[in-house]
Amino acid sequence: MAAPFETPVLGDVDERRIPALKPGAMAASKPYVAAAAHQEPLGFPAVLADGWEAEAVSHMGELLGKYRSLQVFMDACVKCGACTDKCHYFLGTADPKNMPVARADLFRSVYRRYFTPAGKLFPSLVGARDMTKDVLDEWYNYFHQCSQCRRCSVFCPMGIDTAEISMAARDVMDRIGQGQKYCNEIIGKVHKIGNNLGLPAPALLDTLEGLEEDILDETGVAVKLPVDVAGAEVLLVTPSADFFAEPHVLGLIGYAKVFHAAGVSWTLSTKASEAGNFGMFIGNYEQMRKISLRIREAAQELGVKRIIFGECGHAWRVAYSFLNTLAGPWDFLDSRYPVPQHILEFTSDLIRRKGIKLDKSGNDGMVLTVHDSCNVARGARMGDKPGGQFTIPREVIRASVPKLVDMHPDTICEKTFCCGGGGGLLTDELLELRVKGSAPRMEALKAVVEREGVTHMAAMCAICKAQFTKILPYFGHDREMVVSVHQLVSNAIILGDND
Amino acid sequence: MGGTLTIFFAILFAVAASVLVIGLGLKIAQYARTPAPLKIPTTPAPLTKPGVALRLAREALLFESLFKSNKLLWVMAALFHAALAVVLLRHGRYFVTEIGSVVALAQPLAQPAGLAMVAGLILLTARRLIIARVRYVTGPSDLLMLALLLGIGISGIVLKGQIHTDIVGVKAFFTGLLGFKLRPLPADPLLMLHLGLVALLMIVFPFSKLLHAPGLFFSPTRNQTDTPREHRHLCAWAAKLEEKT
Ligand code: SF4
Ligand code: SF4
Repeated sequence: MAAPFETPVLGDVDERRIPALKPGAMAASKPYVAAAAHQEPLGFPAVLADGWEAEAVSHMGELLGKYRSLQVFMDACVKCGACTDKCHYFLGTADPKNMPVARADLFRSVYRRYFTPAGKLFPSLVGARDMTKDVLDEWYNYFHQCSQCRRCSVFCPMGIDTAEISMAARDVMDRIGQGQKYCNEIIGKVHKIGNNLGLPAPALLDTLEGLEEDILDETGVAVKLPVDVAGAEVLLVTPSADFFAEPHVLGLIGYAKVFHAAGVSWTLSTKASEAGNFGMFIGNYEQMRKISLRIREAAQELGVKRIIFGECGHAWRVAYSFLNTLAGPWDFLDSRYPVPQHILEFTSDLIRRKGIKLDKSGNDGMVLTVHDSCNVARGARMGDKPGGQFTIPREVIRASVPKLVDMHPDTICEKTFCCGGGGGLLTDELLELRVKGSAPRMEALKAVVEREGVTHMAAMCAICKAQFTKILPYFGHDREMVVSVHQLVSNAIILGDND
Repeated sequence: MGGTLTIFFAILFAVAASVLVIGLGLKIAQYARTPAPLKIPTTPAPLTKPGVALRLAREALLFESLFKSNKLLWVMAALFHAALAVVLLRHGRYFVTEIGSVVALAQPLAQPAGLAMVAGLILLTARRLIIARVRYVTGPSDLLMLALLLGIGISGIVLKGQIHTDIVGVKAFFTGLLGFKLRPLPADPLLMLHLGLVALLMIVFPFSKLLHAPGLFFSPTRNQTDTPREHRHLCAWAAKLEEKT
């Protein structure tokens, strides 16, 4: 287990405090290395084998040829430092290697050594380094202190997205036998069992039945949570945490109530019982594709007409931005709807058309704020206009609760901070990083709690929800302060008199 | 003596120009050739191609993202780049016989632009050394690049203001070069320094961070439309994976 650490003292959000550098502050932070049992099922070498250095360089070359982003980002950085105060992990830990440009330089230094004339001829002049075990270990530690949140990419004058570099570095590490346990174990479970949590089909059926009973007890209405129903209109693909973790499951109940009230037939799938796609976190196209194809197969087997995704940030990025590429074309689905759709697009549309009715008193006493998930905010969209990913969730929340206030403008929408647990870092051995990395978000939250009386923070991502549930108590908040957006809908929706 | 120098600089500029054009050409070809397998615009992003063109124009001309990021740095960077643009334009008079209206227009701005460029460089250098975060990510090559640009700028200002260089002779040399004719270059040590540094800059351009200039336009985070659901985006190597299954 990680050594004890101090919870950061929160400053004033208006001051935008930038910490003084503490070199090496997080040098020891790293996730467990994948064992052979996690590596081999994904086709990665079990351990570092002799000659891994050359292997790493050769794989780096392959990626440079396959991804324009990587090639351009390696060359285009001017070291202007505009990104240096933008990463939540730097702001929370003060470790200079958590400044996006310094993180990227860990990779760039090796790129320069092997792929540029300047680095081959004058390595020390341009900061070029040989691929050594020390360099690899540094990669391992610091590329697992990046949640691939893309905040740096908003502010970089060249559009350099350090997330792309982290993904490439993780891919190289996987292919030489130094993968990360958390991600690779989970991907193994998706392939074997169908979801990240390793919840087998019978357990899933059981859970959903239990939820149906709970809803019936509470509302007196028989809301269904169907699974593997062929011929349903909608296939709902949702993060597996929605099946049992709180507050996720309350969101799932919300989706079910919306479908029920709208009279739209829907189904979950045991085959695609996971929206998440950790293939993105490890920067592996083939894995990402393989995981995505399950959804295509499920949709075809069940003969659905539409695919809708539940609340999850990185899942929505992969779904919205990549699914058509990875598993399309979707010509067998109903072309009147975008493929895939987000549950918030579905619900907001119903609200606008008055297809469902909401009663805000169901959330009486709550003052909400909303945490924009990084992947939704900067890696995807909702609706048909740029920025719909910000307005649509707010519309739905506003329709469901008495009061919604936004946090500091530098911490929301495209400038939102990551929750601190994204990008494959939601694992206990990285708790210190997660707590410290959440500090910028907590600082902004504290301000609206104190000034506006905010009682709850809505999240639209399974990772955000799990992360906040865990870290809120460190900052003196109740863990139940974080709620699902559809949990608010669930509390407000009027069932039964829509027919 | 004068003859040898003229030949030396003629060769130097021929080499520098070739390295610049070929090196940059190869780099741009590499960027253009390398596929972008996934849609990764930093959102919110434009939905149309004209929208993307506008986004890139705002980045290239107004430094939009930098403005969001850091106002002080934006001022320094804008000062330097705008001044550089005027200075470059103004140097057009050494290469064309007929001075165009734009070059003529830049005439009265030449002196202040040169000073502004050097001032911008000094501010950027000071910032690089003073702010600990920026100092941390600064390598020797970053400082050398600033020194090189400062050397060019300062020698240029002195050439223009203090010493009355034989401008007509310089122009004759360069217009001659463009027509593959050798005409004598005025023998002035400061001019040699200025020209030598410029040639060096041209040579290092394709091997240095000056690649940010073409790089910006190839950044997938900035140059892609946000249309992944509407149009299937598939690159050649990804399409091959589909054949396999
Ligand atoms: S903002 Fe962009 S160009 Fe500037 S240092 Fe950071 S990554 Fe490099
Ligand atoms: S992607 Fe996010 S976590 Fe990674 S370096 Fe950029 S700001 Fe930091």
